[in-house]
Amino acid sequence: MNAVMTEACLTFRDLTLGYNSHPAVHHLNGSVKTGSLTAVVGANGSGKSTLMKGIVGVLKPMAGSCLNTRNARVAYLPQQSELDRSFPARVIDLVSLGLWPRRGLLGRTTKEDREEMAKALMAVGLEGFEGRPIDTLSGGQLQRALFARVLVQDAELILLDEPFNAVDAKTIGDLIQLIKRWHGERRTVMVVAHDLELVREHFPETLLMARRPVAWGETKETLRAENLLRARRFDEAWHEDAPWCEPDHGHEHLNGHSHAQPHDHAGHHHHEHGEVHERPDHESGPRAA
Amino acid sequence: MYDFLIAPFVEYGFMQRALAGSLMLSLGACPVGVFLMLRRMSLTGDAMAHAILPGAAVGFLFFGLQIVPMTIGGLIAGVIVAMGAGAVSRFTVQKEDASMAAFYLISLALGVLMVSMRGSSVDLMHVLFGTVLALNNDALALIAAISIITLVTLGIFWRAIVAECLDPLFLRSVSRLGTPVHFIFLGLVVLNLVGGFQALGTLLSVGLMMLPAAAARFWTARVEPMCALAILIGFGSCIAGLLMSYHASLPSGPAIILSAGVVYFVSTVFGTRGVFNTRLRRHRHRTA
Repeated sequence: MNAVMTEACLTFRDLTLGYNSHPAVHHLNGSVKTGSLTAVVGANGSGKSTLMKGIVGVLKPMAGSCLNTRNARVAYLPQQSELDRSFPARVIDLVSLGLWPRRGLLGRTTKEDREEMAKALMAVGLEGFEGRPIDTLSGGQLQRALFARVLVQDAELILLDEPFNAVDAKTIGDLIQLIKRWHGERRTVMVVAHDLELVREHFPETLLMARRPVAWGETKETLRAENLLRARRFDEAWHEDAPWCEPDHGHEHLNGHSHAQPHDHAGHHHHEHGEVHERPDHESGPRAA
Repeated sequence: MYDFLIAPFVEYGFMQRALAGSLMLSLGACPVGVFLMLRRMSLTGDAMAHAILPGAAVGFLFFGLQIVPMTIGGLIAGVIVAMGAGAVSRFTVQKEDASMAAFYLISLALGVLMVSMRGSSVDLMHVLFGTVLALNNDALALIAAISIITLVTLGIFWRAIVAECLDPLFLRSVSRLGTPVHFIFLGLVVLNLVGGFQALGTLLSVGLMMLPAAAARFWTARVEPMCALAILIGFGSCIAGLLMSYHASLPSGPAIILSAGVVYFVSTVFGTRGVFNTRLRRHRHRTA
């Protein structure tokens, strides 16, 4: 096993994820290093959230694979909209879901668990909020509670999908500190974010998505003007008449993201190599757009 | 007072059986109703109640008015509709309300067709409205078994059911139980409706599931007390309904459900989270 492989926490091999035969993440290759802190940026519809769902396994790949190389425990924070805030639960009920990986379906909540949940709530600045119904929390308080749940999960790989949306500056600052703490603890963290200034300031590595990786590596390099321009040209629409994607049409195969040289694929899959073969509709392969 | 409240249950065996049957039904059906309500699936219970009709009708067609074949038939029809509608919504673009509507309407039409092929409107009335006052030992044993299965299953899967309601994507990220739990839950819904239809009929069995749950929502903001309160409201409704039925010679099923209906309306207005407390009363407020 080479050095890159032993360090990789996640390895993407030709990973294609999507919906209704249209790819949202198209032929992603590369790896995420153990202990790295990566921002995932890109326009709406560029495949960021889809990639998170693919990594965590709630969305099955249409093609290729996503390997959790070291079988790391994963904590996943979906966007807030996925949560039913009208459900009659207290903050502590929400945070205690984070005990699932350890306690599973039937394990009893122990005294240590309760102490850990109290510590997690304190770490996110929500001490005293244990009994608050979740439908009375502000957006920022709910996000803090969800971060407490991630803390309790004690995962090696942490995936956060747009955690800074509709959150005030102070809360963002506090959440960033937590993310940095996880980074310091050698946990692997991937965060979907939109604020490029924030990314430049706090995230050492960045993956710029436009259905394919436009650039991936050191943040300063990745967020260069020409890359951002290429990403901005990304066409997020699905084209019903897009040609079927054939496996031999020159997808890059990278050993590590630092070597990523994505060709000019920002959302447009050129089929310049030979004819495009029409496939019948029942085939499940992805379309090119 | 004794004559009014206690004597009917002491002196008549059929009232004791009716009481035992309906209390056991409340024990299982009410907490299931709470989760149906919290998952915004209240009308799914109603659809499922209609869906079990053809199964019961097949049992009736072949064996006459007997509890075991009709129950098994109802169970099979209910499971087919629940699993079919659940699968269509999980694996296609269609949402569960639409797939459930499609499946239960087909099922209901089949059921009415079958009952009309043989049997009188009296038989149809029996299947549709039940007779809690004529519960036999088989029916009581069945209802007891269903209550125990329901409570044990809820106990085992409690954490997963709560997680599936509150944050389904999170559950799917830490466990593969998300989809199985959904189907197990639908199975419990079917089981309790089938248990209820002998006593209350296919149409009203869902009433004992949903009305106490809907009423309990107005009194508490936590799931566990909500389930306990729903069961208590179910108990109260069953006792009140049976007494009403006994003293005023009313059909027992509707009397039980209407009693629950009264509790629902009272809770809607006077519950701690009801209209009076949240909208009409002037509240003092704290400084922070």
